[in-house]
Amino acid sequence: MVTQGVKKSLRPRTARILVLIFLLSGVLLGIFDAPQYWNFLVDKTVARSGWPLFSYLKIRWPILLPFRLGLDIQGGAHLVYQADLSNISTPDYTSSIEAVRDVIERRVNLFGVAEPIVQVEKSRPVFLGEARPERAAGQDWKLIVELAGVKDINTAIRLIGDTPYLEFKEERAEDERQKILEEQKKTQQVYEDPYFKSTPLTGRHLKRAQLNFDQTTFQPEISLELTDEGAKIFAELTKKNVGKQLAIYLDGAPISAPVVREEITQGKAQITGNFTPQSAKELVGRLNAGALPVPIKLIAQQTVQSSLGQESLLRSLNAGIIGFLAVTVFMIFWYRLPGIFSILALLFYTAIVLAIFKLIPVTLTVAGIAGFILSIGMAVDANILIFERIKEELRAGKVLAEAVGEGFGRAWTSIRDSNISSLITSAILYWLGTSVVQGFALTLGIGILISMFSAISVTRTLLIAVLARRFEKLRFIFLSGLSRG
Amino acid sequence: MNIIGHKYIFLTISGILVLISLFAIFVWGLKLGIDFTGGSLLEVEFKDQRPETAEIQKILEKSDLGNVVIQFTGERGVILRFRHVDELTHQQILKALGAGSGERGAATAEKRFNSIGPTIGRDLKQKSILALLLAVVGIVLYIAFAFRKVSKPVSSWNYGIAAILALVHDVVIPTGVFAALGHFKGVEVDTLFITALLTILGFSVHDTIVVFDRVRENLHKLKTPEPYEIMVNRSVNETIARSINTSLTVLLVLLIIMFLGGETTKFFALALIMGITFGTYSSIFVASPLLVIWQNLTKRT
Repeated sequence: MVTQGVKKSLRPRTARILVLIFLLSGVLLGIFDAPQYWNFLVDKTVARSGWPLFSYLKIRWPILLPFRLGLDIQGGAHLVYQADLSNISTPDYTSSIEAVRDVIERRVNLFGVAEPIVQVEKSRPVFLGEARPERAAGQDWKLIVELAGVKDINTAIRLIGDTPYLEFKEERAEDERQKILEEQKKTQQVYEDPYFKSTPLTGRHLKRAQLNFDQTTFQPEISLELTDEGAKIFAELTKKNVGKQLAIYLDGAPISAPVVREEITQGKAQITGNFTPQSAKELVGRLNAGALPVPIKLIAQQTVQSSLGQESLLRSLNAGIIGFLAVTVFMIFWYRLPGIFSILALLFYTAIVLAIFKLIPVTLTVAGIAGFILSIGMAVDANILIFERIKEELRAGKVLAEAVGEGFGRAWTSIRDSNISSLITSAILYWLGTSVVQGFALTLGIGILISMFSAISVTRTLLIAVLARRFEKLRFIFLSGLSRG
Repeated sequence: MNIIGHKYIFLTISGILVLISLFAIFVWGLKLGIDFTGGSLLEVEFKDQRPETAEIQKILEKSDLGNVVIQFTGERGVILRFRHVDELTHQQILKALGAGSGERGAATAEKRFNSIGPTIGRDLKQKSILALLLAVVGIVLYIAFAFRKVSKPVSSWNYGIAAILALVHDVVIPTGVFAALGHFKGVEVDTLFITALLTILGFSVHDTIVVFDRVRENLHKLKTPEPYEIMVNRSVNETIARSINTSLTVLLVLLIIMFLGGETTKFFALALIMGITFGTYSSIFVASPLLVIWQNLTKRT
C-alpha cells in the first residue's frame, strides 16, 4: 500500500511555521472572544508599571462584540399567541396574519427591548392519524413573540394583549333574530348575538382614527378614516342599512351603535358616545397603534427572570471550564505528548468556535452552552481516532513519520462518516425544534464541523512539526496508556 | 477477546434490557411534562421564611387552580405546578404569594413562569415523533450510501439495518429508565429529553460506524480470505480502545454538566449519559454480532 497522507506530505519546517501562525491567531481569537480580560490586563499593567510609554501603547482591544444571550440567560419572555382567522376568507390569510405581525411588532418596539422577535408560525397539518375535530378552520396560525431582556414582563404582556380589535356589525333581520332567540331559550348554547351580525368590515380597513371635539357640545368624538377597500365595503353597508343601526364593537363589546342616515361613500365615520376626553384619547391611541385585524389569544408563555438567568449562566460556565480541565487531564495522562497537542488543538478549537458564535451571531441558551460543552468532548474524539491509528502503525513496525502520515490518512474516512451522522441529527433538530432546541442544534453542529477541521489540520501540523529523527527514541511518549514501546 | 463467539450471550443481555424497558414504557408510561400536556409552572423564591406546604395551599385556594403540586427547591424556593392560566390569574397568584410586579422590594421574587395551553403540547408531540422518524430514516440512508461499495459477502443495506437495530436499543433503554424514573420519582419528560434522544441517535451511529469502517477496511485488505466471523471479531477488537476512550471523554463532560450545570440540564445530561453508555456497548456487542448473524442467515438461504 502506498504510504500517502490525505494531502501532500507536510514538511517539518513548514509545519513549524504553521504552528506559530496557529498560536498567534489562537491568541488573537481568544482576545476577540473575551476582550474584557485583555483590556483589564492592559489597564492593570499600565497602572502598575507606571511607565508613561505604556500608556501610549495602550493596546486595548477596540471591538467589543458581545455574545448574543438567549432568553433563559438574559431573562425575558417567550409568548405564543393563537390567531383566530375564522372570520377571514382563505386568500386573505397570509396578508392578515402579516398585518397582525406588523402591528404587534410596532407595539413591541416601544418596550425598548434590544432585539425583539415577532414571528408567524403555521402549525403543521395533521397527518399522523390523529383525529382533531376541535381544530376549526383558521386556527392554524400562531404568532411567536420573544422579548429578551425586557424589564417588566407583565406590563409587556398586558400591552400586547390589549391591542384593540375593531368590528362593524349590522342589524340582523327580524326573522333571523327570532330564530336565534328561540334557540337560546331552548339550549342556551348558542353564542351568536341575536341583534347584530358580523360584517366583513373590521380593523384591517382602518386607516386612521382621530380625536375631535364637537363644535357645539364640546363632547369628544372619534372620527375614523377607512382604507379604500374599507370605504367600498362601508358604502355598501350604509346603503343596505339606511334607517337601521350599524354597531361598532371594540374587543367584543359595543361602543357605539348609530343609526345610518344615508349612504356614506367617503369612508369616514364618526363615533360619538359617553367618552371622557381621557378615554377617547386612549382609544384613539390604541386604534392608531394598530387596530388588530384579527383577534389573538395568549396560549403559552415562558418567562424567566434575569436573576435566575444569571445563575444558570454561571453554572453553565463553571461546568464548561471544569469539563475542559477534566478532558485535558485525561488526554495528557493517557496519550502523553500527542495528548498535549490535542489539548492545544482543543484550545484553538474553542477560540474559533466562540468567535464564530460571536460573529454569526448564535444565540446562546443554557442548552446551547451544554451543546458546546458536549462538542468539546466530541472534538477530542477525532484526535483519539488518529492517535489509535498511529499507535497501530507504530506497533506494526513503521517509522514514526510514516506512522503519523498513515494514521491521519486512514482515520479521515472514519471521522468524516461518523461525524456526518451527528450532523444529520443536528440538522433535523434545528429544523423541527423550538428556539431552545435550535440553540443546542446550532452549537452542536458548528462544534462538530469545526472540530473536524481542528483535529485534522491543527493536531497534524503540531505532530509533524515535532517530527525529527531524535524523537524516534522517545517513541514511548507517543504510545499511550500503560504500554511500553 | 472473542466477542463474536459469545454473541448470543451479549445479544441476550441486550434483548432482556430492551424488553424490560419496553415493559416500563408501556406499563408505566412516560411522565410528560407541561411542554406536552400543557399546564403551568411557577418558580418563586421567598426572601425570608418559606411557608409550609399547607400554608401555600391555603393561599392558593382562592385562585381555583385545581390540583397544585408543590415542590421545594434550594433553601427558599418553591416550584408550583398547576393548570394553564391566563395572565390575570397569574398576577393574582403572584400577589397572593406576596410578590409585587417588578423585582424591587418584593417579599417573594418570581424566578420563572411557564404556562402552556393544550394545543401546543399536541403539536409538539407530533413534531417529536416526526423528528425521530426522520432521523432514523436519514441515518439508514446515509449508512447504506457510505457503505455502498462493500457488497461482499454482506450487502450494504445490512450494515444500515444492523446499525439501526443497535440504535433502537440505544434509544429504548434510556427511555425505559426515564419511564421508571417518572413512575417512581415523578421525573418529567420535556423537549430537552427528545433533544437528548435525537443526539443519542446521532452519536451512537458515530460509534457504530467506526467499527463498520474497520470491517470494511479489513475486507479490502484481505490477502487470504478469512471467514467473515473471524474478520468481524478482529475488527471489533481493533477498535475497542478507540470506542471506549471517545465515549469516556464525552461521558466525563456530561457527568460534569449533570452535577454542576443548571437545573434544567440535569436530566438532559442523564439521558445523554445513558444513551452514550449503551451506544458504546451496542456498537461493540450488538451491531457487529448482528452483522454476522445476518450473513449466516443469508448464506443458508
